[in-house]
Amino acid sequence: MPQQPVLQVRGIRKEFPGVVALDGVDFRLFPGEVHALMGENGAGKSTLIKVLTGVHPADGGEVVLAGQPVWIAGPLQAQQAGISTVYQEVNLCPNLSVAENIFIGREPRRFGMIDWAAVRRRAAELVRELELDIDVHVPLHSCSIAVQQLVAIVRAVSVNAKVLILDEPTSSLDRDEVGQLFAVMRRLRDQGVAILFVSHFLDQIYEICDRMTVLRGGRLEGEYRTEELNQVELVSQMIGAELAGLDELGGGARRERTAPARGTAFLQADGLTRRGAVEPYDLVIERGEVIGLAGLLGSGRTEAARLLFGADQSDGGTLRIEGVETTLRGPRDAIARGIAFCSENRKTEGLVGELTVRENIVLALQAARGWTRPLSRTVQDDYALRWIRALDIRPGNPEALVRNLSGGNQQKVLLARWLITDPKLLILDEPTRGIDIGAKAEIQRLVAGLAEDGMAVLFISAELEEVLRLSHRVGVLRDHRLVAQLENDGGLTQERVMATIASGAEQ
Amino acid sequence: MSTATAVGPAKALTRYRLFWPAVVLAALLLANLAFTPDFLAVHVQGGHLYGSLIDILHFGAPLILVSLGMTLVIATGGIDLSVGSTVAIAGALACLHISKAADPGSLGTVLTAVGIALGTALALGLVNGVLVARIGVQPIIATLILMVAGRGVAQLITDGQIITVTSAPYQLIGGGYWLTAPFAILLSALVVLATALLTRSTALGLLLESVGGNPVASRLVGIRAMRLVALGYVFCALCAALAGLMISSNVSAADGNNAGLWIELDAILAVVLGGTSLGGGRFSIGGTVLGALIIQTLSTTVYTIGIPPETTLVFKAFVVIVVCLVQSPVFRAKLAARGIRARRTTRPQAVAPTKREVGA
Repeated sequence: MPQQPVLQVRGIRKEFPGVVALDGVDFRLFPGEVHALMGENGAGKSTLIKVLTGVHPADGGEVVLAGQPVWIAGPLQAQQAGISTVYQEVNLCPNLSVAENIFIGREPRRFGMIDWAAVRRRAAELVRELELDIDVHVPLHSCSIAVQQLVAIVRAVSVNAKVLILDEPTSSLDRDEVGQLFAVMRRLRDQGVAILFVSHFLDQIYEICDRMTVLRGGRLEGEYRTEELNQVELVSQMIGAELAGLDELGGGARRERTAPARGTAFLQADGLTRRGAVEPYDLVIERGEVIGLAGLLGSGRTEAARLLFGADQSDGGTLRIEGVETTLRGPRDAIARGIAFCSENRKTEGLVGELTVRENIVLALQAARGWTRPLSRTVQDDYALRWIRALDIRPGNPEALVRNLSGGNQQKVLLARWLITDPKLLILDEPTRGIDIGAKAEIQRLVAGLAEDGMAVLFISAELEEVLRLSHRVGVLRDHRLVAQLENDGGLTQERVMATIASGAEQ
Repeated sequence: MSTATAVGPAKALTRYRLFWPAVVLAALLLANLAFTPDFLAVHVQGGHLYGSLIDILHFGAPLILVSLGMTLVIATGGIDLSVGSTVAIAGALACLHISKAADPGSLGTVLTAVGIALGTALALGLVNGVLVARIGVQPIIATLILMVAGRGVAQLITDGQIITVTSAPYQLIGGGYWLTAPFAILLSALVVLATALLTRSTALGLLLESVGGNPVASRLVGIRAMRLVALGYVFCALCAALAGLMISSNVSAADGNNAGLWIELDAILAVVLGGTSLGGGRFSIGGTVLGALIIQTLSTTVYTIGIPPETTLVFKAFVVIVVCLVQSPVFRAKLAARGIRARRTTRPQAVAPTKREVGA
C-alpha cells in the first residue's frame, strides 16, 4: 500500500474476567476504503470496535491515528480524534428534529444563544452534500429506520470524521434502503473517509467492501483484499476449519445411522415466515430423523426454529403437526403437541439459576401439569436422580443450585428437563456450544440414540463437523433464507456445506 | 472443590436460611430485657394472655399479613405499593356497612361487611394484576396508581370523617380474644400456615419462583406466567384487606387518611429482612414472618425504652441498616477477614500453621 493508514492498531489485547477477548490483534484502515471486519460472534469484533471508540480501554498494544500514537480514553475523545461510530440501534433523540439531532451538543451559537437558523441551514447543507433527500425540519421519529440511520451517519461525518465505524447498520433495512446507504458510503469513501463496516450479510460485504480483516476467537486470522478471498474461503476462515483436511474427517468420523422411517412426517412447515427474522421456508421433519441446520450466526437458524416452537409467532405460511394444521400461539401450545426446545442461551432463556437441579429438571413437566397437580417430592427426586445418573451431571447433587454448575452440566440439566416430558420433536439450539469435549460427545451420543428410538430432532450448531456427524439431512441457511436441504447420505462433506453457505445455492 | 463435606453443626446452622433473621429478632428481644426486665414474661389475666411478646404478635399481625402477600408479589419479580390504600379501603367499606346497618352487632352484618371488603380487594388486586401481567405496566407504576387513587377512594367512602362502629363480632377480628389468645394472632397464623401449605405442597411456589427468577425461560417451558403473576397481586390485595379489617376492628373505627399509611414500606422491608430478594425468585414465608416481627419489635422497643418521638425514625433507620449489614454475607466475610488480620498482627506467634486447602 502506498498510502499511510489513517488508523492502525498493533498487538491490541483486551481481557475480561475469564476471557481473552482480543489477543494481540493487528488492524489497518486506509483513507478512502470500506473495510469489513469479519468474524463469528465472540470473535472479538465488538470488542475491537469498543476499544477503538474508547468504550473499553485496551489492556495492551497501541492505537496509531494518522501516524500519531493515541490513547483513546472515552467515546468523546474518540470523536474528537476523528473516529465516529454509528451503532445498530440508532441512538439519537426521536423527539427532536433531524437538524437538532445532527447538531445536538455542539449547536452553533450566536451571542451565547443557540442560532437555530444556522442549525437548520447547516444541517440542510450537510444533507445536500451527501445527495440525500431528507427534510431536516421534521422530527426524527417520523422518519423510517433507514433515514434515521442516514441521519446518524450525517451527524457522525459532520464532526470531520476521518474514520467512520458502521456496526451492523443494515440489519433492519430492506434492499432499497441498503442501496441508499451504500450510495452514501461510496460518496464518503470517495471523499477520503475510511469506513469500517460490520455486517452478517456476506453479499453486502462483497458488494461494498474493498478489504477485509477476519478475526476468530480473539485472534487475527488475516487481512485480505476482497477479490483475493472468495466466499467459501472467507466462511472457512471465520469458522476456522481448514478445507484441505475436511473430507476425510467428515467421512471417517461419521457414525452409522439408521435410516428414519420415511413417510411418517411429524411436522411439516410450508412457507413459514416471520418478517425480519426468517424468509418463508418449507421443512418436513420425519419421526426418527435428525435434521441439522447449518449457517453462519445471524443467518436465521434460531429464528426458524423458534417459529416451530411458538416462541415467536409466524406471520405467514402454514404448520402441520402430525398432519393437522396448527397455529402455535405460544410455547405452551407447542409443548402440548410434543415439541421441546433447548435454547442456545442457557442462562437467559433456559435455566432458572437460583433454583436447584431437581427443580429445573421437573419445571417443564410441572408447568404442563399446572400448579394444582404437583409432582410429589418422591417423583421429583426420582426423575432428578435418574437423569443425573443417565447424563452424568456433576455435581450429582439434585439440590445444588443450577447457577453453580459448569456450562456442560447446565446443558445436560436443560436436556433432562425436556427429555422427561417425552417429546416427539426435540429442537436443540447450539447444545454443545462452550462445553468440554467429553460432555459434547455424550450429548451427541444421546441425540443419536433418541433418534433411533423414533424421536425427531432438529439440531442447530455452528460446528459443521457435528452437524454432519448427527444429521440425516442438513438445512442450510443464509441471510435469513433456507437456501438448500442436503441429504447426508455419506457423500456430504463440510466443504459442500460451506460452499452452499457461501454461494447461497445447492452445490 | 471447595464445597465442605464435613461442616460443624454450628456452621451448618448459620447456613440455614432463617438463621440470621432469627438471630436479629432474638437480639432485639434480649436487648429489651436490659431496659424492661420482665419483657419476655407472659402471664394470664382474666383468661387472656398478656405480655410484651403477645403485644408484638398482636400488633404485628396486620403487618405479617401484608408482608405475606407482598412476599408472593415480590417473588414474581414485582412489587405492590397499593397495599396501604387497600388496607384503608377495606376498613372503610366494612365500617361503613356496619355503621349503616340496622343491627350492627349481628354476625350476619359483620360477615357481609367482611365479604364486601374482601370482594373489593379481590377486584383491586385483579386491576393490579391485569395492569402488570397483561398490559405490561411496570409493577411500581401500576400499583402506584392505586396507592394514590385508593387513598382518595378510602376518604370518599368515609366522607373524610372517621367512621366509628360498635359491633362486638367485628371487634373480635382485631381486638378480641379467642382461646385466651388475641384473635388477630390466631387469624394471621392461620393465613400464614395456609399460604405456606398452598405454595409448598402444590407446585405454586416452584412456578412463582421460576417466573420471578427467569421470566423468559419460564415462558419457554410453558408456564402461564400471566395468570400466576395476576394471582400474586390478587392474593396480596386480599391479605391487605384482611389486615385492614384487623386494624379498623382493633380501634372500632375506620380512618381513610391514616389506616395503613406507609405499611407498604414496612412490608417490603419485612420481606427483604426475611431473605427474599427484591429481584424476584426464591421466597421465604418463614423469613417474611420473622422480618415483620423484627419491625414490630423495633416499634415496640422504641416505646418501651422511651426513645424520644422525634428521634424514632432515625433510630429505626439505624437499626435497619445494622440488621441489613449483619445479614449480608459479603459484609460478614469482610468483617471476619478483618478480625483474623487483627488477631494475626497482634499475636503472630500464636498462629498455627494454616492447612492449605487443596483445590480440585
